[in-house]
Amino acid sequence: MAVSGAVLVFFLVAHMAGNLKIFAGAESFNGYAAWLREVGYPLLPHRGLLTLLEAGLVVAIGAHMWSAIVLTRRAAHARPVKYAAKVKSRANGYATRTMRWGGVIIFFFVIYHLLDMTFGVTNPEGHDATPFARMVAGFEPARWYITVFYVISVVMVGLHLRHGLWSALQTLGVARRYPVLKASAAVVSGLLTIGFLVVPLAITFGVVK
Amino acid sequence: MNLTLKVWRQSGPDDEGKLVRYQIEDVSPDMSFLEMLDVLNERLILAGDDPVAFDHDCREGICGMCSMMIDGVAHGPQKNTTTCQLHMRHYNDGDTIVIEPWRARPFPVVKDLVVDRSAFDRIIQAGGFISVPAGSAPDAHATPVPKLDADDAFDAATCIGCGACVAACPNGSASLFTAAKITHLGLLPQGQPERGSRARAMVEQMDEEGFGGCTNTGECTAVCPKGIPLDTIARMNSDYLRASRKSG
Ligand code: HEM
Ligand code: SF4
Ligand code: FES
Repeated sequence: MAVSGAVLVFFLVAHMAGNLKIFAGAESFNGYAAWLREVGYPLLPHRGLLTLLEAGLVVAIGAHMWSAIVLTRRAAHARPVKYAAKVKSRANGYATRTMRWGGVIIFFFVIYHLLDMTFGVTNPEGHDATPFARMVAGFEPARWYITVFYVISVVMVGLHLRHGLWSALQTLGVARRYPVLKASAAVVSGLLTIGFLVVPLAITFGVVK
Repeated sequence: MNLTLKVWRQSGPDDEGKLVRYQIEDVSPDMSFLEMLDVLNERLILAGDDPVAFDHDCREGICGMCSMMIDGVAHGPQKNTTTCQLHMRHYNDGDTIVIEPWRARPFPVVKDLVVDRSAFDRIIQAGGFISVPAGSAPDAHATPVPKLDADDAFDAATCIGCGACVAACPNGSASLFTAAKITHLGLLPQGQPERGSRARAMVEQMDEEGFGGCTNTGECTAVCPKGIPLDTIARMNSDYLRASRKSG
């Protein structure tokens, strides 16, 4: 859980930084997308590194989901008889309580998101348009509901990270000085959330056209 | 005050069990929760009924026997307090209180509110000890221990093995208990020779007993009557991972 989650966090940071290039204009953003497919060429084949990273991503997502399922099943096994009274949570943490269902929601978001941006199936511009055109068309003002869906999903991701970041460090045994650790987890997940959110919002509100 | 109790009644390990409703009158706010149950039991006995079985021993918050889930909270509403130290002044006239046993596969119900916590004993037997002839108490300062380590070890050593951490954990994990023992011994000089093997043996025993996996929800610390901190679990993980890396 912790190791595969850490891989995904690095992906998210890179992904967010890449998305922010949208503010540098169509050329820069498309250039970045093209560059992703060409890094290392001719040493590596075309799309070589990208395919490798995508494979790594699939493995990490698979491992993350697999460990989540194992943990959930162990939890169900460990408590065959449920409490009759509703168990009151005494620890504070909406983020903590929503890890499991939040993870499932994020999974569905990622599927939709891939159909939208990577494969262009649900995107108005379709697969053959440039990444910039896909982004702008995807979040155009008339499709505000898509933006709302993205905003909700990204906030879910932020909550997921808020617990996930420090929980991973605790699982790996490096957690000490909790106030510092928890505050850093909150700051990092907050920054990631904002970094992801500004892009679709900027397009929907016409800042980026 | 007058209260309504809904108490889990189960005649034995194989009985299905159910919540049974009791009215109880004239509860004094000065009574402890267990004294309130004593009053209920006296009435049940006088009426020729079977009294409610519940575990208790010291009644002063140090033995860890008085396990019960009160309205969905292990050891009831007061923080850092065992059930025996919870007093009825925290309740109001007319309240309904639901009382259940700890729920976990490794803690089977023996009768009513009594569960068998031998799984904890087996975790201790797996490594919660120091294999040196300890003799009589050593002279003070014969073996220097840094003050901060001594404090953390002492805090961890206050775990009374009550099992509230397991009962409250949504995963049914025994990590806080096991981590308290591993931290307690692993911070002191006497515990160093077996530090790695102890962590591995205890963690493996914990998994073997059928406890769930820890996801750091923090529900355990929140109900622990001794306030065992969550960072003991990080220490346990760190000892366990280091030992596993060394011996593969
Ligand atoms: C609102 C924020 C987001 C925007 C605007 C956005 C945009 C994009 C775009 C344009 C692509 C395609 C890139 C290309 O074809 O070169 C993409 C790919 C992807 N995104 Fe996002 N994304 C966002 C948030 C997220 C989040 C939160 C996740 C994960 C939880 C995520 C996971 C992915 C994945 C897995 C890919 C496929 C990567 C690949 O195939 O190489 N995205 N995103
Ligand atoms: S860690 Fe706390 S809740 Fe768990 S057994 Fe020890 S004293 Fe009880
Ligand atoms: S009866 Fe000993 S701790 Fe409550």
